[in-house]
Amino acid sequence: MPDTDPKRVTVLVNGRPEEVRTEQDTALLYVLRNHLGLKGTRFGCGLGLCGTCLVLVDGQPAYSCDTPMWAVADRDVTTVEGLGTPQRPHPVARAIIDGQAAQCGYCISGVVISAAALLAANDNPGEDEVRAALDGNLCRCGAHNRIVRAVLAAAASLRASRDGASRDGASRDGASRDGD
Amino acid sequence: MATSPEAGPVLPPSLVANPRLGDWLRVLPDGVVEVRSGKVELGQGVITALAQVAAEELDLDVARVRMVAAVTGISPDEGYTSGSLSIQYSGAALRVACAEARTIYLGVAAGRWNVPADVLTVQDGTIAAPDGRTTSYWELADDGLLDRPAAGLAEPKAASAYRIVGTSVPRLDLPDKLAPRPRFVHDMALDGMLYGRVVRPPSRRATLLDVGAGPAMALPAVVTVVRDGSFLGVIAEREEVALRAADLLRADAKWQEQPTLPDEDDLPAFLVSAPAQTSVLAESAPAASTSAKPAVRSHEAAYHRPYLAHAAMGPSSATALARTAPAGANGAHGRNWDGVRLEVWTHSQGVYLLRRELARALQLAEEQVRVRHVEGAGCYGHNGADDVAMDAALLALAVPGRPVQVVWSRSDELGWEPYGPAAVVRIAADVDARGDVLAWQHEIWGNGHVTRPGFASSNRLLAASHRDGGEPIEPAADPPLERGGGAGRNAVPGYAFPAYRVVNHRLSVMPLRTSSLRALGGFANVFAIESFMDELAQAAGRDPVEYRLAQLADPRGRAVIEAVVRRSGWADWSASESSRSAGHGIGYARYKNSSAYCAVVAEVEAVTEVRVRRLTIAVDAGLVINPDGAENQVEGGAIQATSWTLKERVRFNSLTVTSDTWDSYPILRFSEVPVVEVEFLPGHGNPALGVGETAQGPTAAAIGNALADALGVRVRTLPLTEQQILAAMPG
Repeated sequence: MPDTDPKRVTVLVNGRPEEVRTEQDTALLYVLRNHLGLKGTRFGCGLGLCGTCLVLVDGQPAYSCDTPMWAVADRDVTTVEGLGTPQRPHPVARAIIDGQAAQCGYCISGVVISAAALLAANDNPGEDEVRAALDGNLCRCGAHNRIVRAVLAAAASLRASRDGASRDGASRDGASRDGD
Repeated sequence: MATSPEAGPVLPPSLVANPRLGDWLRVLPDGVVEVRSGKVELGQGVITALAQVAAEELDLDVARVRMVAAVTGISPDEGYTSGSLSIQYSGAALRVACAEARTIYLGVAAGRWNVPADVLTVQDGTIAAPDGRTTSYWELADDGLLDRPAAGLAEPKAASAYRIVGTSVPRLDLPDKLAPRPRFVHDMALDGMLYGRVVRPPSRRATLLDVGAGPAMALPAVVTVVRDGSFLGVIAEREEVALRAADLLRADAKWQEQPTLPDEDDLPAFLVSAPAQTSVLAESAPAASTSAKPAVRSHEAAYHRPYLAHAAMGPSSATALARTAPAGANGAHGRNWDGVRLEVWTHSQGVYLLRRELARALQLAEEQVRVRHVEGAGCYGHNGADDVAMDAALLALAVPGRPVQVVWSRSDELGWEPYGPAAVVRIAADVDARGDVLAWQHEIWGNGHVTRPGFASSNRLLAASHRDGGEPIEPAADPPLERGGGAGRNAVPGYAFPAYRVVNHRLSVMPLRTSSLRALGGFANVFAIESFMDELAQAAGRDPVEYRLAQLADPRGRAVIEAVVRRSGWADWSASESSRSAGHGIGYARYKNSSAYCAVVAEVEAVTEVRVRRLTIAVDAGLVINPDGAENQVEGGAIQATSWTLKERVRFNSLTVTSDTWDSYPILRFSEVPVVEVEFLPGHGNPALGVGETAQGPTAAAIGNALADALGVRVRTLPLTEQQILAAMPG
């Protein structure tokens, strides 16, 4: 029997503790979209087969359409809204716009999540690694190659900003040493 | 502007149908120009291209153009957004309407300043006189100025003067989709909105005998259960509860089922033997003097495509709101909805046609229904968008005053959408001593390609067919060839054959509902024609490219073939360079025999399964409004066609469709997608032609021909799976 008893359920989403009233076996997707108004996470299949509903749970991609609320009670959920803002988009989102790497855009939130998880673990992936990391994301419009190029461009920009940051860091260190 | 000798300027058809300028555009005092098109964004980027056309003629920055989504009663009625015609039709109308609006506003400024209008200039909406005085569209903004029919007063710009058209303006809709901000119809969140789900029958033609609504109604937050014949739905305050309630209803419902579907493993046999209406679509007999050349050989082959699903990433969804309680209504039985105002938010391809169909199905006057377009996932033709609008309407009528949002399940999307029809195409040709075609016979068996709402006098909505006394959806029809055709699309050979005959056997039974899928019959016909051309070339011992060029008179067609041959390195290509099981092949067509020209070279590798490594594509689409957008469309179409060609097939048993998940209806994945290169030929002043469907048929044919090159085996049945390859192997 399904759980039919709505209760107060708490969940940490994009760093904020949230409390909603729903059943324990409600899929995380519906809490995100309807209870919390985070519409970037999208319904595609309900079976974890297409990737439109991907979120990060403790930093790992997870299908929110078949993740029950009880499974995320003590976990840290990041949605695509938590990865960046319209003013400061995640490098993958930025690169997708720069490369016009979408058509209808329905799959694109899930793509951003998968790519963000990949780049968090490896900011210098090869094209084959990008494709493999996106194999859980379906795209029906045929924007695949543009998306792959955008993810590679995002990786390059992440490396550049990291290198820039470490150079800045090094020069600051140098400056402070000089000052000693 | 074209003129006719008797009547003055000839206006584009969409402008003739919707002549009031103010229906197309409106200048707002805050520096924005609202532009309305009857065409809708389907993920193809059309609103961006149309904004460019408007900005160009008005001399505006594109950023000042606000594209307004189509809504009945306000937007121009341009029928369906289909057939790769949006730029040809809506673009042409906007060019003329915006050029005329510019002239009207310049006339006002000229009158105020008492100068001739032709000395004025416009830059980003600011109008300047030679003496330095300036004003702007927005300073002069006055809706009354455009409250008049288009008269063709202004000559649109010459293509050589374009500054915005022909440039790769970024898509207007993508920033919202990446931000992300709610933009899809699925994202609507109206005050008081309820969530509906429909419980579809377990099989085709199943009828609902009995259902106990008690367990579903007992769930907290369930509002009501709606039953009308075999239409069964539930409405709840929360979406998760609607899902649980639908599961409970499904588990409890008792249906009477009957086998109605043909044997899927012997589908071609069904298609060629089912009752059908036969018609000769086109015929060209040789003149007596040229028929003297004797045929020395005859060839014949039959090709097959399965049913294909649109398989949108986002399942069909709609939201509906019925206002004011129906007078004297008593639930689902009394269909008296006098006084009701129904509002529907939909990703339909045609808001006016859907309104007409909804009004008829619900016995409402069209004026009682307002249909608003909101973007959905890419649709690629007639999918469940219209059907789910009817679902939402039926549920909303049960709860007046509360909006109801319905989203189909993945299983309903893949299992109940109208499919691109399965077909058999048989081609026979007589050839001369060199192998050139003397006479060509093309025969098609399959269902028609159009069951779109709003055209026919009979029901075209799934839910309406399930209601008590509901009319079944009649077998699909086909548009006439002069409007692009359906099954016959691209069946008339584009080559200069001395004689040809095209016959269509349109089935008069429809076991699975079929309708328009990207390229319609152009997919199967071009796959068949271009496969057969390779078979004829091989039989004559000739190179497939040389063989085509020898029989192709159209210079633009020849040019795309020559371009793709050059770009792909056709002449220097050899399988041994890469691997023993590799091959290359070509496919060519002019879409609809009247739209963009496209030639594709595919390189494949066939070990246990076929892998497409590279597609090289050349396109002549005349004037290209947005080069990057056009390239995106062609590449996307080619990748989708690769998926159809390698993987896709709607599966079913005698009762129902069984390919209702992404596991049972697999599509191409990132790691399987080929490298794609697209080259557009210069427009040479030719008018803009749509590009969204042009690559579908040529891509399939190129892959099939490359596979034959790789393995020496001709596979004539799609998809080109290991199973079909083994079946095609000799003995």
